[in-house]
Amino acid sequence: MSLNDIMFYLFAGSILTFSLLTVTSRRILRSAVYLLFVLVSTAGIYFMLNYNFLAAVQLTVYAGGIIVLIIFSILLTSHVSEKAVVAPVKQQIFSALAVAAGAVLTIMTIFKFAFVPSTAPAVDANVHNVGLALVSYNRDGFALPFEVISILLLAAMVGAIVLAKKEKNLESAGSQTKNNPDK
Amino acid sequence: MNSYAYTILIPLIPFFVFLFVGMAEDKLKGKLGGLIGTAGLGIATFLSYMTAFKYFITDHVAGTGYTSFKAFEITWLHLTEKLTINLGVLIDPISVMMLVVITTVSFMVHIYSLGYMEGERGFARFYAFLSLFSFSMLGLVLATNLFQMYIFWELVGVSSFLLIGYYYEKPSAFSAAKKAFIVTRFADLGFLIGILILSFNTGTFDFQTLTDPKGLAIASTGGAVFMGLSVITWALIFIFIGGAGKSAMFPLHIWLPDAMEGPTPVSALIHAATMVVAGVYLVARLFPVYAQGGPVALEVVAWVGAFTSLFAAVIATTQTDIKRVLAFSTMSQIGYMMLSLGVSGYGGEEGLGFMASNFHLFTHAMFKALLFLGAGAVIHAVHSNDMTEMGGLRKYLPITHITFLIACITIAGIPPFSGFWSKDEILVAAFHSNKILFGIEYFVAGLTAFYMFRLYYNIFWGHDRHYHHTPHEAPLVMTVPLMILAFGSIFAGFLPFHNLVTSDGLGFEPHINYWIAVPSVLIGVLGIVIATVMYKTENALPNKVAGSFSFLYKWAFRKFYIDEVYIFVTKKIIFNYISRPVAWFDRHIVDGTMNGIANLIVFVSFNIKGLQSGRVQQYGFVFVTGVIALVLIFVYVL
Amino acid sequence: MIDNIPLNAFLVISTLMFFIGIYGFLTRRNLITMLMSIELILNSVNINFVVFNKFLYPNLLHGHFFSLIVIAVAASEAAVAIAIIINIYRNFKSIDVDNLDQMKL
Repeated sequence: MSLNDIMFYLFAGSILTFSLLTVTSRRILRSAVYLLFVLVSTAGIYFMLNYNFLAAVQLTVYAGGIIVLIIFSILLTSHVSEKAVVAPVKQQIFSALAVAAGAVLTIMTIFKFAFVPSTAPAVDANVHNVGLALVSYNRDGFALPFEVISILLLAAMVGAIVLAKKEKNLESAGSQTKNNPDK
Repeated sequence: MNSYAYTILIPLIPFFVFLFVGMAEDKLKGKLGGLIGTAGLGIATFLSYMTAFKYFITDHVAGTGYTSFKAFEITWLHLTEKLTINLGVLIDPISVMMLVVITTVSFMVHIYSLGYMEGERGFARFYAFLSLFSFSMLGLVLATNLFQMYIFWELVGVSSFLLIGYYYEKPSAFSAAKKAFIVTRFADLGFLIGILILSFNTGTFDFQTLTDPKGLAIASTGGAVFMGLSVITWALIFIFIGGAGKSAMFPLHIWLPDAMEGPTPVSALIHAATMVVAGVYLVARLFPVYAQGGPVALEVVAWVGAFTSLFAAVIATTQTDIKRVLAFSTMSQIGYMMLSLGVSGYGGEEGLGFMASNFHLFTHAMFKALLFLGAGAVIHAVHSNDMTEMGGLRKYLPITHITFLIACITIAGIPPFSGFWSKDEILVAAFHSNKILFGIEYFVAGLTAFYMFRLYYNIFWGHDRHYHHTPHEAPLVMTVPLMILAFGSIFAGFLPFHNLVTSDGLGFEPHINYWIAVPSVLIGVLGIVIATVMYKTENALPNKVAGSFSFLYKWAFRKFYIDEVYIFVTKKIIFNYISRPVAWFDRHIVDGTMNGIANLIVFVSFNIKGLQSGRVQQYGFVFVTGVIALVLIFVYVL
Repeated sequence: MIDNIPLNAFLVISTLMFFIGIYGFLTRRNLITMLMSIELILNSVNINFVVFNKFLYPNLLHGHFFSLIVIAVAASEAAVAIAIIINIYRNFKSIDVDNLDQMKL
């Protein structure tokens, strides 16, 4: 077993373990940190696959950006020591059964299908090539998705600001809702 | 012949008056609505007279027949290449004659109503409806094809409904309007079936094509036969059912006596002079078809007409409501006209009955309108319809008295008044055709004289009743139309109808048959004499006579229980054995199915509404398991 | 670098991660944890794209760029979702998903 294999199983094990911990931990802040480990391990797998730029993006955007955002919102909406309410046992059991069935089904399907790995020479995904492909508009270029995603990001930014902005009369509206719970 | 294109205005002017007066009803103060309506109809009357003068005199080339032509025609509905429905104006002798009759009587009624309806609520509405009626009736007589005629036929029915129900707050008026509408509508179903059969077999609605003397349209049916009679005969019988409904022929007459609930001028216009003769006009309009295609249908027309005239005359002798007496008299006289058409042949002297029928239609319109308007003046004076509450009115109502007397003499058939001439022609035509029909009509002539003078004596002679206030003569605006119509009643008989209105357009020379004329005058005089003996001074004789014929008297007084028969048939038989099961079926099967479906949906949704919990995780769970199930099915099962 | 590791091993990892994410989505009550579960799901899909790219079409970069775009979408989604969550928190003083059953009304 080479070092590469050991690295892979290490990453795989860490992904699975921390994924499970993410969805089962009762402390939300810990969940977020476990999620961070999952994302970092995924970045490791990207490194192993020789996609260095993607791994870097994974680390900066996911691990850096989104996790920080999530932690911010956790701190805004709940106390650090607060423990999450667990779902009823019935719900947990049935969800676990459905999920297990789905996983078994999918894995069976994966093993049934004979993938044929290609032996074609691999293209080097270095920053130079990625940058060229991202802005070229020929057959292998991605200029259009690039522009589309930039507009989406802009729209999301504006939307997030509008949604989270505190309205002037929000306090009174909020207190009203509190006094007359809709339930 | 486009110099007649202006005739389109004759029906259109009343139509626009109707629209204007009807819409501006609230704004028209006082008599303004009435004056506008009268003015509009005055113009139409003038145009009609001008048309008649032009058609019969100035444009007529001596020695030739009167032609029929379309002054105006547009294609209204272009359904297929072969099937189009036109609207237009047909000018021929009978339509021009009807123009004169309708506009004259309508104009008189318009003027008369200015006085009679004064101060009524909805005065403008009354004039709007009168204009609508005039429009419909003029459109009917000017129709160029069967379909146009049918449209206006229904419009006439609607305006009749509106006018009978003018006092719509009175339950009896309201139900009378409904009765008239439903009965005539029922008869119109026959008319429609007849139209469809006739035009299906001949391929045309057009009157000129249908009534072509060469008979091509009828020949094109190929003589199809149904139940022993040709389809043309069936079509004509169905069309006659429609005509019988509007003309109140037995057994569809039951609406006419009740229609007297309408204002009296309406009765004069619609239920005496114009609308009720629409049936006669219809048969006359299609007369060549009847003559060539359906002698059996003509026989039906003759016998229905004869029976109705006898039946109605007998009832008229017993009624006490003066308007109802006149209503039954109208039925009787229309029976005469129908009979006359029924016994007529086509062309030349053979067509005497056709000519006589139209002649009688013309004179009858004059004297019957006069009778109704006179009766209206009497009612106006004593505020009652019942002749037992009248008597001795000749002193108070001198003009009404004289004009009423003239009308009574006219209808009794005493020369030289107009009724004599037209009735005599009918009797001659009947005599040449069928002796039994002649006998019936001869007897009815006597009865007519009798009941008219019974009416006359009961109103104007005898001693005074106790009146609420002294009766007074009607205002000039009411008496002038009476005098004009009286003039018409006297002199209309001298019009040379045998040259003007004939079955084939050619004139002929009638001969007075003294063997018929003299006895018919004699029986009229006999009827008058009997009425004089019994009713001129009040005595016990009428009661004695009634007593000796008590059974017949009672039956006639109750109008031979025809209304009761109708009620029995509709209520007991149709409602019980047809409507009730149908209603049950509707309520339990049709509605039950609908309600069952609705209840099922309510039940199901009540039970599955828990699915719509609004909980995202529940939805997500259902979604995931659904996807897994689908994958299972599509990847491993199928 | 990855010569000895079969394609299926990657796919099994991503599958398990995907279903763990779904399990989290179905069972956690807290909106933010649900959002994190969604991030797990997206991440597992990313692994699939990248792995297929690498093993089946190494001469192209489509899977690679698709992952890049998914990361961008995930970022914007997270931003908007968190804005919504904060808004909900302001209105209900809670981010428990069970309190948010207004959808049925």
